[in-house]
Amino acid sequence: MTVLVIAEHDNNSIKSATLNTVAAASKLGADIHVLVAGKDVSSAAGQAAQIAGVSKVLVADGDALANDLAENLAEQVLQVAGNYSHILFPATASGKNTAPRVAAKLDVAQISEITAIIDADTFERPIYAGNAIATVKSADAKKVITVRTTAFDAVANTGGSAAQESLAVVADSGLSTFVGREIAKSARPELTAASVIVSGGRGLGSAENFKILDGLADKLGAAVGASRAAVDAGYAPNDLQVGQTGKVVAPQLYIAVGISGAIQHLAGMKDSKVIVAINKDPEAPIFGVADYGLVADLFTAVPELEKSI
Amino acid sequence: MKVLVPVKRVVDYNVKVRVKSDQTDVDIANVKMSMNPFDEIAVEEATRLKEKGTVTEIVAVSCGVTQCQEQIRSAMAIGADRGVLVETDVALQPLAVAKLLKAVADKEQPQLIILGKQAIDDDSNQTGQMLAALLGWPQATFASKVEVEGDHVKVTREIDGGLETLSLKLPAIITTDLRLNEPRYATLPKIMQAKKKQLDTFKPEDLGVDVTPRLTVVKVAEPAARKAGIKVPDVAALVDKLKNEAKVI
Repeated sequence: MTVLVIAEHDNNSIKSATLNTVAAASKLGADIHVLVAGKDVSSAAGQAAQIAGVSKVLVADGDALANDLAENLAEQVLQVAGNYSHILFPATASGKNTAPRVAAKLDVAQISEITAIIDADTFERPIYAGNAIATVKSADAKKVITVRTTAFDAVANTGGSAAQESLAVVADSGLSTFVGREIAKSARPELTAASVIVSGGRGLGSAENFKILDGLADKLGAAVGASRAAVDAGYAPNDLQVGQTGKVVAPQLYIAVGISGAIQHLAGMKDSKVIVAINKDPEAPIFGVADYGLVADLFTAVPELEKSI
Repeated sequence: MKVLVPVKRVVDYNVKVRVKSDQTDVDIANVKMSMNPFDEIAVEEATRLKEKGTVTEIVAVSCGVTQCQEQIRSAMAIGADRGVLVETDVALQPLAVAKLLKAVADKEQPQLIILGKQAIDDDSNQTGQMLAALLGWPQATFASKVEVEGDHVKVTREIDGGLETLSLKLPAIITTDLRLNEPRYATLPKIMQAKKKQLDTFKPEDLGVDVTPRLTVVKVAEPAARKAGIKVPDVAALVDKLKNEAKVI
């Protein structure tokens, strides 16, 4: 039994989601290979070879893979799929985009966003926005899986010395072409990797007021998040959204400011180690999951908190 | 051109579901059911494309129990011209639905299929991608903007860290993200008109599709409950707790 992990990377460096996915793979007790598919990926492939527990790195380096198009990446994975019992993708936008395409071509069911591995065929995954945990058993010979990265502690990115093997790169499908990409710039830690997150909701009232969180976040070395209400109202860009339809996070400390705590939001953050809620409504559902709740006006509490840390 | 819009009947998003005491499933008896919110966005987008003159016909499809007709009628009240129900009592998984939809697409020959990015019950986020793979069509998932330009469609997608734009050759698959549009409310006259629209019913056997589930649900459990927290009187007490009790700052 050998397991293939599809690496998440930006062509230069391996992203931490890959380390969490390798951690999940290691629970299967099998040999772990990592596929690095992209364009000019030699440095990312080098980093992948150093991940603890990885025995081989497959490198597919070519134009067709430059922009992470699902059609081409799925074909590349299918070329080597025959050698593996399990194919694991991180449940990132890219993994979620490509994995089902691979599964359908292999005629197997895909298992989405697993949070635990019981045995080689049995997995746990959240359903109904995290309100229930299903244990599912797959009858397929091959398993195609996406891994909820916050559910598995990252393996070390050093200590390994895997061999690298080059693969022939697939031809471009010609079905889709890349037009452009707009990446929001931020000096703060990435939301899904941050150990502290300060998140704002509708209670902030405006995009201008949303900046009140910046000072606190900077002082804590935290990432800034937002509820869907705040994103929809235009207070924050959508890639900051935490929740069922946004990012799922599990930091050491999650500070929810002016967030009521709809179930869709809780689905994205309720595995945080410590949750703090600051809200002026004592009945807000967020207090039901918060370890420490402060019923106060956020416009006085946040600056005061910033000063006293 | 013709657009196919698959819609799913799910537990209404405002309902907090409970796990059954025998842990076989969640309890959805007598719970309010609705169209999956992402599918409403898909129907709305198809309707807007029709209003712009790009689209000539919208076909809403649903797979599942007889009552899925209600969701097809809701889609018709928003703007779908007719409906197709693939009726079965088998609990359908994404791969089976993708195969059923492929069979419907082979019959209907649409140029575009717009699905929701995920259903809020099983949270799989698979069907659109699987359907694209089975049809051999390009896909643009998590769409926040759609523009049809001749024989291509330009789609802006929400990705981790920002946005990305792709151009797909038609026929193509799009799955909707929340920010694509704001679905309209169905008005009473539209709801009345929807009752008269054509709705065809097939069985999976008619389409030659095996819908046997590949995944067995062993158990459905409540998530681990968080232990009850406390309310602190002021900011000073909060900082003290975070420093000395939780030790997170």
